[in-house]
Amino acid sequence: MQTGDPAIIELTAAQASAEIEAGRLSAGELFDAYRARAAADELNCFTWVADGPPVGDGAEPPGPSATHGSDRPLRGVPLAVKDLFCTAGVPSQSGSRILEGYRPPYNATAVARLAAAGAPLLAKTNQDEFAMGSSNENSAYGPVLNPWDRTRVPGGSSGGSAAAVAAGLAPWALGTDTGGSIRQPAALCGIVGLKPTYGAVSRYGMIAFASSLDQAGPLTRDVTDAALLLGHMVGRDECDATSLELPAPIALPSAERLDGVRLGVPVELSGEGVEAGVLDAFRATLRRAEELGASVQEVRLPHAPHALSAYYVLAPAECSSNLARFDGVRYGRRAQDAEDLLDMYTRTRHDGFGAEVKRRIMLGTYALSAGYYDAYYGRAQRVRTKIVQDFEAVFADVDFVVTPTSPSVAFGLGEKTGDPWSMYINDFCTVPMSLAGIPAISIPCGLSDGLPVGFQIAGSVFSENRLLDAAYALERAIGFDGSGVRV
Amino acid sequence: MSSEEQDPAARVRAGTRARGEADTAGIADAIDYEPVIGLEIHVQLATATKMFCGCGLSFGEPPNTRTCPVCLGLPGSLPVANARAVHFGLMIGLALGSELAPRSIFHRKNYFYPDLPKGYQISQYDEPLCRGGQLGEVRIHRVHLEEDAAKLVHVGASGRIHGSDASIVDFNRGGTPLAEIVTEPDVRSAEQAGEWLRLLRTTMRQLGVSDVNMEEGSLRCDANISLRPAGAQELGVKTELKNMNSFRFIERGIRAEIARQEGILGSGGQVVQETLHFDPASERITSLRSKEEAHDYRYFPEPDLVPVAIDAAMVDAARRELPELPAQRAARLEQEVGLSAETAHLLAFRSELGEYFDAALAAAGQGEGRQSAVPAGGPGPAGEEAQALANWVTVELPKRLGADVSPLESNVTPQAIATISAMVAGKEISVGAGRQVLDKLVADGGEPRAIVEEEGLAAIDGGEELAGIVAAALAANAKAAENMRAGNAKAIGPIVGYVMRETKGRADGGEVTRLVHEQLGI
Amino acid sequence: MRAVIDREQVLHVARLARLRLEDDEVERMASELSAVLDHIAKISELDLDDVPPTSHVVEVTGRLRADEPRPCLPREVALQQAPAVQDDGFLVPSPQA
Repeated sequence: MQTGDPAIIELTAAQASAEIEAGRLSAGELFDAYRARAAADELNCFTWVADGPPVGDGAEPPGPSATHGSDRPLRGVPLAVKDLFCTAGVPSQSGSRILEGYRPPYNATAVARLAAAGAPLLAKTNQDEFAMGSSNENSAYGPVLNPWDRTRVPGGSSGGSAAAVAAGLAPWALGTDTGGSIRQPAALCGIVGLKPTYGAVSRYGMIAFASSLDQAGPLTRDVTDAALLLGHMVGRDECDATSLELPAPIALPSAERLDGVRLGVPVELSGEGVEAGVLDAFRATLRRAEELGASVQEVRLPHAPHALSAYYVLAPAECSSNLARFDGVRYGRRAQDAEDLLDMYTRTRHDGFGAEVKRRIMLGTYALSAGYYDAYYGRAQRVRTKIVQDFEAVFADVDFVVTPTSPSVAFGLGEKTGDPWSMYINDFCTVPMSLAGIPAISIPCGLSDGLPVGFQIAGSVFSENRLLDAAYALERAIGFDGSGVRV
Repeated sequence: MSSEEQDPAARVRAGTRARGEADTAGIADAIDYEPVIGLEIHVQLATATKMFCGCGLSFGEPPNTRTCPVCLGLPGSLPVANARAVHFGLMIGLALGSELAPRSIFHRKNYFYPDLPKGYQISQYDEPLCRGGQLGEVRIHRVHLEEDAAKLVHVGASGRIHGSDASIVDFNRGGTPLAEIVTEPDVRSAEQAGEWLRLLRTTMRQLGVSDVNMEEGSLRCDANISLRPAGAQELGVKTELKNMNSFRFIERGIRAEIARQEGILGSGGQVVQETLHFDPASERITSLRSKEEAHDYRYFPEPDLVPVAIDAAMVDAARRELPELPAQRAARLEQEVGLSAETAHLLAFRSELGEYFDAALAAAGQGEGRQSAVPAGGPGPAGEEAQALANWVTVELPKRLGADVSPLESNVTPQAIATISAMVAGKEISVGAGRQVLDKLVADGGEPRAIVEEEGLAAIDGGEELAGIVAAALAANAKAAENMRAGNAKAIGPIVGYVMRETKGRADGGEVTRLVHEQLGI
Repeated sequence: MRAVIDREQVLHVARLARLRLEDDEVERMASELSAVLDHIAKISELDLDDVPPTSHVVEVTGRLRADEPRPCLPREVALQQAPAVQDDGFLVPSPQA
């Protein structure tokens, strides 16, 4: 095969690594092919693209040391990484003006582990600023275009990662999900996106949005790639006190049927507010599942309708504190000619943060301020408890909860930027799982008006392997073809 | 502000005047105010690394050479709590008799300041590591763990900063583990505060959890001060006196603030609740953060950390490392060794004297050069004999060494002073001779018995020799002898003085007196 | 609780957050926050008495770090990204100014 050969691009990451292992393809060729495509990107997917072949795992200053063996099982299949992951010596700006040109001295644990496993850094991907958004229109580096329709958004906040994988500009990508930021863009771009159990992947080196919700995960062309990439990211990290060791290693999925698998459809998340075309694709997928032997039943998540409210208290509150470090003292942007310290702080942050980030900092600061804590943050944490209990009750009766990933297909650029809440609503099917800390995957399940629709499967804590198997069986039955947008 | 308008000197005079004396603010019938003082002490813990990262603690290294992504607050970095800091926190809690929380959590205290890299300090809020307890006469409210701020150096005008004075931040100290000890408002005077803080410092030093060096800032104190009419129950409006880092400054600062409030209240004014700074150079008290709005720290549980769970093993590990603490040592010395309360207190709260005395007591127990009743290897002498040894250690020795020399570093070994005390007790030498031996030891060191030999200081037992010298003394002081016969006991002075001169102080005073009376037939 | 945040509160919160807001931004922020708080107010309808708060779903404790030193950053690396440096430190407008 020679560089640029479309055949290379049509390989999934797993297939490409098999080709390399078999000696029919060299890692160098593969890297160059994707670097050439990434460099020619017209969708604004990237904030940085490697200008040469990979050099080692990158230096390792204080921080996690890359684990997971030296046999490089990923065989050099290059990786696109969301901008908010710290990459040593490579710009890591979290889509924000305030971090323009910031080059960290260390690698995020997930990036270091994947590099050690043989997935070199290809590019940094565009995102909503500090992962706050559902359309990628909040990036300081411009919006990302949806490869299925360039007048539409790719979803967010991991929009650059999703669009890049969908368009074949990267074999696979790393994203983060706080309230749906992996699953929703995966759905809108017609690829697979997985949010693992909270804590399964170390957050060390992820520029924080909402610490108790942020979780890294894969955005890939298919379920097998998602399992392969996830398998080399997960595990306890001494540098993240909230990280967890999974009870079992991530296995490659193999299930072909869903016999005996019980799917629960929560009435609260699969009717009102969901587009007709999305519901059609969702219900068609439920029928496919039944053909594969699954049973489908209605379930109730009584507090799910309150999830969005709780989320928009908790996430902004944590972000208002997490973003306090961007003060123009140690790194990043500083307003010039400040009259005094207060002026330096307030103008640095006024000039450096975008409108949505300011809105959430204000919202979170208000929610935590004297006299409001109990009414907002305190209550929201109790709602969270109720939502966790709702899921525990449901998982006593069913194996998985399934919903449409997003209530709508990709919407037009600028369509929802006027009213914040109309944008927040996009997360209402994905936020409950984030609050419950449970794993959830979105797979493409069909088209509506020529645009992809995502099917979300959520399982109990640590159910990743079962989840991947179920998604894999459905994926084969659906036979979704996204090759049309890998131009 | 009002505090600055007052004459600081007047405030100090008011602070030092006796209660009930005319108020310097010029109020005729001065109300007698009772100060109510609570203390907040920050103790830098002597761990190897910082509270939430692996950076070694800094001891005057060049600026910004003890930092990492965590303590610089770099994007994406996460804190992980230091197990030894928690261990030290538990030791402090046990030493103060606090209740150790089986589960405690860290909170974020949010505010902006250049010495605070994350824009929040990781501290503890409503679920601290330890609650309650008592040290001396002061009750403890709580003990919690937190991280220290970085160091800010004010450099004045700088070309680099437009139109304003500049500061330089050094993050070496940032993230150093702190235990914050908060007392109940049980302190009633500046002097009591200073005395109690010395006890706390000694306790921390003996625990080995901190260098407690105030000059280097490893022990810092804030004081909450309010006044109320003597006898009143409800508290007055309090002010917080910040960050005093020497015992002298703390006492002077508290005194000055008490006087300032007396001045305000005495002239019918209202004390304003505010944070104050005491400048020891000018004795001035000024308000801090005057430009700041009322603080709103927006505490919430630190989501990057998980709860600290204290199990029996951790408590046992902490208890195993507890040394004898001042209060316990004072009790032991008074009750078991039989020292006077004053001597026991002195030896307990001046740990270098206490350790020296225990060594001397042990040496005496080994039968160091003594023919006395106590069996060798025993617990050491008790009662009068121990008190006598204590007097040599707490009175005679410091008198000769001076305040700055620790006895353990002197030429005088605990064994040596035990020997002197024992020889005196056994009437082998006189007290005067013992003092001469001690002089020699302080100057050149050595072994007491050898010195007694060389200098010929052995006591003269009441035999012919002494009787002869007494007779000579009576002959030489006929007038005094006459007066004694006439019933004037005091007249014995010159006679004894003669004997002591003749014997170079080796004679036993009691024996001399007996012989004088015998020979005078009275 | 129909939370509506007025201009004064917006300015107070903006000061706490060290965010400068231009006049037009203050107005817009006040109306946008009020709208969002209006939606959020739904949670005040729930009966949450004696429901414990959840901050982490998988409850773990401890996770303490052994007190063992790790290498620090070289000073030039620590200062590399700083907007202003003087005397090997981070230069800022003085808080006392």
